[in-house]
Amino acid sequence: MKGMTIIVKTISSWVKVLIVLFGIYIILFGHLTPGGGFAGGVILASSYVLLMLAFGGEFVKKDLPLSLVSKLDCLGAFMFIMIAILGLVFGGAFFVNFLVEKYGQPLHLLSAGTIPFSNIAIGLKVGASLFLVIYSLSTCFKAGESDSN
Amino acid sequence: MSIPLPAFVAIPLATAFLLPMFGKQRKDAATVVANIATILLLLFAISCIGESGVYEIGKWPIPLGINLVLDGLSSLLLLVIGVVSAAVMLFSAGYMEQYTAKPKYLSLFLLMVAGMNGVVLSGDIFNLFVFLEIASLASYALVGFGCGHEELEASFKYTVLGTIASIFILFAIALVYGNTGTLNMAYISKAIQSSGMNAGLGFAMALFIVGFGLKAALVPFHAWLPDAHPSAPAPISAMLSGVLIKSLGVYALARVVFNVFGISLAVGWLLITLGILSMVIGAFLAIGQWDIKRLMAYSSISQIGYVVLGIGLGMMLLASGANPAWASLAILAGLFHMVNHAVYKSLLFLTSGSIEKATGTRQLTEMGGLARRLPFTRTTCTIASASIVGIPPFSGFWSKLILVMAAIQAHYYWIAAIIVFVSLCTLIMYLKVQRYVFFGELPENLSHVEENGGSMLVAMVFLACLCVLMGLLVLVPSLRDSILEPAVRVLTDGLKYSDVVMGM
Amino acid sequence: MLYALCFLLFMIGLYCAVVKKNMVKIVVGILIMEYAVNLFLVMLGYRHGGVAPIIDKSYLESQAALNNFVSSSVDPLPQALVLTAIVISLGSLALMISLCIRIYEKYGTFDITEIRRLRG
Repeated sequence: MKGMTIIVKTISSWVKVLIVLFGIYIILFGHLTPGGGFAGGVILASSYVLLMLAFGGEFVKKDLPLSLVSKLDCLGAFMFIMIAILGLVFGGAFFVNFLVEKYGQPLHLLSAGTIPFSNIAIGLKVGASLFLVIYSLSTCFKAGESDSN
Repeated sequence: MSIPLPAFVAIPLATAFLLPMFGKQRKDAATVVANIATILLLLFAISCIGESGVYEIGKWPIPLGINLVLDGLSSLLLLVIGVVSAAVMLFSAGYMEQYTAKPKYLSLFLLMVAGMNGVVLSGDIFNLFVFLEIASLASYALVGFGCGHEELEASFKYTVLGTIASIFILFAIALVYGNTGTLNMAYISKAIQSSGMNAGLGFAMALFIVGFGLKAALVPFHAWLPDAHPSAPAPISAMLSGVLIKSLGVYALARVVFNVFGISLAVGWLLITLGILSMVIGAFLAIGQWDIKRLMAYSSISQIGYVVLGIGLGMMLLASGANPAWASLAILAGLFHMVNHAVYKSLLFLTSGSIEKATGTRQLTEMGGLARRLPFTRTTCTIASASIVGIPPFSGFWSKLILVMAAIQAHYYWIAAIIVFVSLCTLIMYLKVQRYVFFGELPENLSHVEENGGSMLVAMVFLACLCVLMGLLVLVPSLRDSILEPAVRVLTDGLKYSDVVMGM
Repeated sequence: MLYALCFLLFMIGLYCAVVKKNMVKIVVGILIMEYAVNLFLVMLGYRHGGVAPIIDKSYLESQAALNNFVSSSVDPLPQALVLTAIVISLGSLALMISLCIRIYEKYGTFDITEIRRLRG
């Protein structure tokens, strides 16, 4: 995959930061405004898709090695299951929101218990997975590279 | 209850997400962890026999939150899933050495087991759909795991048909939510009892039968099964044919039709018709096959026809007001046949995998005379074939006998005649397998094959012992009352499911 | 009336998935069916003259304001269901597309009438 002209490369390397910031905002405020883990994760993945379009697939592969993205993916899913099991340990039933009354008041950022942590875990997993899927689908015609789906 | 119910879903999920971190260097550690997870699930399932309860997730009370329900039918299916998945995981520790991406296989396998456990335990209809999708997506990926020509084509066909079935089920769930306003199965059942069936709910019932029937490979919707089962790796064929079509198809169909919508005569006759069509067409198409796994796949379609026939006969007898003892007998036959079929069909597919790994081919015309070279495989294959045909001391005989007795007692002699006729066809097809694979002369290129050892052997011997002993499940009254009777009672009580769940 | 149009969209998707011969068109047909079902599910929750189900400071001031909000807001449960269904269809779409690409590498064509090595 070839890159684009120098103008596109410069602008996209600035815009990438804004996209990541917007994605993190949507994830963190997921319990107050629409969005949450899944939508924020898609936005995080799309920042790297922008880089892939502007600079080419080879640059992104050197910049963000696929093994690291795989590990982030598993880490996100594992964090989610750990939050659910910690609900069992601390609260007495699976998936209980065991922090809900302790910190902050409703409608502020620091509220609603374990929901922000779940949002972060899901955002990480969805971002990593979608990036892997789009990267594999767009570069799989190159020289018989065998990525799994 | 001693074990929290979410453990059945959380343990395989957590292990499935942990395994890809092992990578390719530590493949053996990953295999050991996966095996420990499935054996742990089997032990939990055994300890849940005879118990029942409702578990509210997150401590949200019932109409607001999702609950997990364990009753007789769920505990029976959990036991079946535990046994078959533990045996198949043990087998695949040896068989999957020939594929390169083993940790991914193990984590997809555990995701499929987590999905099936979730379907069986769920008390909320949308939760059932989500777990059904998890199990189905994992199985679509596993069927095409080898990435050869036939595997990809079979996987694509299976994926398209399975996704269409899931969309039908989602549409039916949307119609049910629109008509009743709740998603919890007990509350839906209460709402349907008080308001009666209208056109929307009738259409939803039809969509459910089509969707779950496609997942269970009943005859008008069976087109994916003869392509998917032969092309998948052998342990996956065993899981698909052994538990996936039962837990996603037959269990979900029985739960929705008996406990949520209530018993009706038309649906009973529809299930009987689908069952008879599956039995007959599956048996006829199987006799002419020359590929060993394709023959077994068609025979799976035929055996699932037995199960659906038993359940349909029970529903029709209950709805037409006949003696309820006859209906319980028919449902007992159907459920026991389901349990039996899980054990011996997965054993058959595992032996065919062992044959394929030893000889490198699946065509019956290229094999022959393997009786001396592969002694253990031959013994276990003969035991499994005798079970599926219905020879007396093995388990298959008892379930077919009870089904024929139930049909005769209810004065439906033509159904009993069809059952006996299809059993004869099953005998023909398995005699064909035995003669072409094990007897006859040994071809030149196969004279140096040897028996597969290690974990594959242990798994096959374990399932073969179960085949022999399963007849005791129905003969010994204490085992029958603790394992099979609660399941039968759940289905014959029908609409009382909602009272039981809301009372717990 | 709108529900009938939704059902018509579902039928169009089903026709496309069953009749067409190109693999990618079959996948697009499945996508149209999923879109129709998601639309149907979201429309079930609608209330005439309803507000979005997002709570704000002004609704927490008094019990009357809260009751007013609850009785006039759109039903949020189908929205959660649709979110889940969209994620699931994304997963299965990714799987189907990667299968299509792999099949094209092996067979050289997208036409399903030519991809018939399995017979019987």
